[in-house]
Amino acid sequence: MTILKADKISISFGGLKAVTNFNLDLQARELVGLIGPNGAGKTTVFNLLTGVYQPTEGQISLQSRKEDALKLINNLKPYQITRLGLARTFQNIRLFKDLTVLDNVRIAYHFNVKYRALQAILRLPSYYREEAELEQKALELLRIFKIDHKSQELAKNLPYGEQRKLEIVRALATNPQVLLLDEPAAGMNPQETQELMHLIRFIREKFKLTILLIEHDMNLVMGICQRLIVLDYGQIIAEGTPAEISKNPDVIKAYLGEEVASDA
Amino acid sequence: MKDQIIKILGFGILILAILGALMYFGIIDEYTTNILTQGGIAVIVALSLNLISGFTGQLALGQAGFMAIGAYTTAILVMRLQMPLYFAIPLGGLMTAFFGLLIGFPTLKLRGDYLAIVTLGFGEIIRSLLNNLGELTGGAAGLKGIPQFSEDMLFVSLISFVWVFLVMLVIILMISNLIKSSPGRALLSIREDEIAANSMGINVFYYKMFAFTLAAFVAGIGGGLYAIVFGYLSPKTFEFLKSCEFLIIVVLGGMGSIAGTVATGFILTYLQEFLRFLEDYRLVIYSLLLILMMLFKPAGLVGIIEDIKGWYRKLREGKTVNKGGEIR
Repeated sequence: MTILKADKISISFGGLKAVTNFNLDLQARELVGLIGPNGAGKTTVFNLLTGVYQPTEGQISLQSRKEDALKLINNLKPYQITRLGLARTFQNIRLFKDLTVLDNVRIAYHFNVKYRALQAILRLPSYYREEAELEQKALELLRIFKIDHKSQELAKNLPYGEQRKLEIVRALATNPQVLLLDEPAAGMNPQETQELMHLIRFIREKFKLTILLIEHDMNLVMGICQRLIVLDYGQIIAEGTPAEISKNPDVIKAYLGEEVASDA
Repeated sequence: MKDQIIKILGFGILILAILGALMYFGIIDEYTTNILTQGGIAVIVALSLNLISGFTGQLALGQAGFMAIGAYTTAILVMRLQMPLYFAIPLGGLMTAFFGLLIGFPTLKLRGDYLAIVTLGFGEIIRSLLNNLGELTGGAAGLKGIPQFSEDMLFVSLISFVWVFLVMLVIILMISNLIKSSPGRALLSIREDEIAANSMGINVFYYKMFAFTLAAFVAGIGGGLYAIVFGYLSPKTFEFLKSCEFLIIVVLGGMGSIAGTVATGFILTYLQEFLRFLEDYRLVIYSLLLILMMLFKPAGLVGIIEDIKGWYRKLREGKTVNKGGEIR
């Protein structure tokens, strides 16, 4: 079943065509990697899918949780798309730095909170009830990533690897069907990357997620992705299983340049 | 969290009782009482600015304009329609909130510093409107003889103070309750990172509007109190420098700190009276204070207090504290 679909989406900034005719057909529970050299337009694709940019051409649709149909999300705002079940992390970590780890996660739960400002100001029972629930849920999620003991620390004081993890926790707290991870292993050492691989597999099972990830770490990509999409100069140049992709001459050319290595 | 409310209320009422008693027995003279009342009003309006700038991260420079709308609305309702104060002041607040909604709607969709520019212009427009509306606002001469909280000349200062202080307490409670809740955290997330907030399902525009409108309401209440306490209004009171004063209070107290705003509000209002002999040079001192604070302690008064607490802790624990001690 298709859960996220992009149909020939393009975007240009001024005269520059950042992404051209990008197609995507994500099946439910799939784990797909989006790779490509620097500046290929991978993050732009993410920004298009999540509503940060509006595509100049093409259509994006997301499987709606309520109805049994694909819903067009082209013109929706990022927060509306998130509410429909498409969450993301950011390449250049965008945590709420001066807030605690716990608050970072609780903010992601916000749109599911039922009490309003008035109940909060008057401190009605619904406020206390939901806040207690919220804290419990947030801590449980943090526990999966083993950072629950740091819940009261400011996000900016976490070590780099844990900041990346917190980004994922925060995205998970929005209760997504599809998770877009933008270079989750960037800046991690091999051991941390290994650990992250297990985590990604684990959350995919536990939360029944469909995952699309951008990553430069080929070990990680080849290790966990079922399917890869290769982007270069804003266009898809190859698509297939990791094994196919690693032998694809176009891909090797894009990564290594004109001269095709004899046995790459 | 329940005890936080009790703490604020208990502490506030205790202070009110002590100050009230001291005023009643004349140990605090009428002059000082009036300064404290004025300080309370400054705190209320500064808190409203803190809500927009400190908590939501949007710079606004027209708080005096909002205050003016609240003040004039309240005064006109009381004088022309003989409305009781307890209706007129909230209505003044609502009127101000309406104006907040009106100018927030087109501006808050824009990013960056547009809000600062628009609110600055808005404050000036309000002032010149008040100057030129003739009979209704009394023009440049302003409105005189607004009925006060009490007709008893002996106790009017004390009664005014009690009212202002109580309203201030309610507003402190309201804002601190709001901030420690899910909608409050939504505001904070906008200050921290708008794009991330949006991606976390927060309707950024809605919450900016919410903060801005609520802040306008609170500033309007502050204005209404001002009108009743002083019994006299003039457009000159609400000039741009007044807006700056509130900004100075918020920044010196520490952006996003309620306690800081309250303390600085009273301190600066007192300082203003104390430094009256310096006339306009006072502004030089404020500006210097502001620059120094920005350079050395951007966290404001609250930051300084945190530092002192830290030093004190270190002193008390002596040299036994190992470097890892702070980190759990």
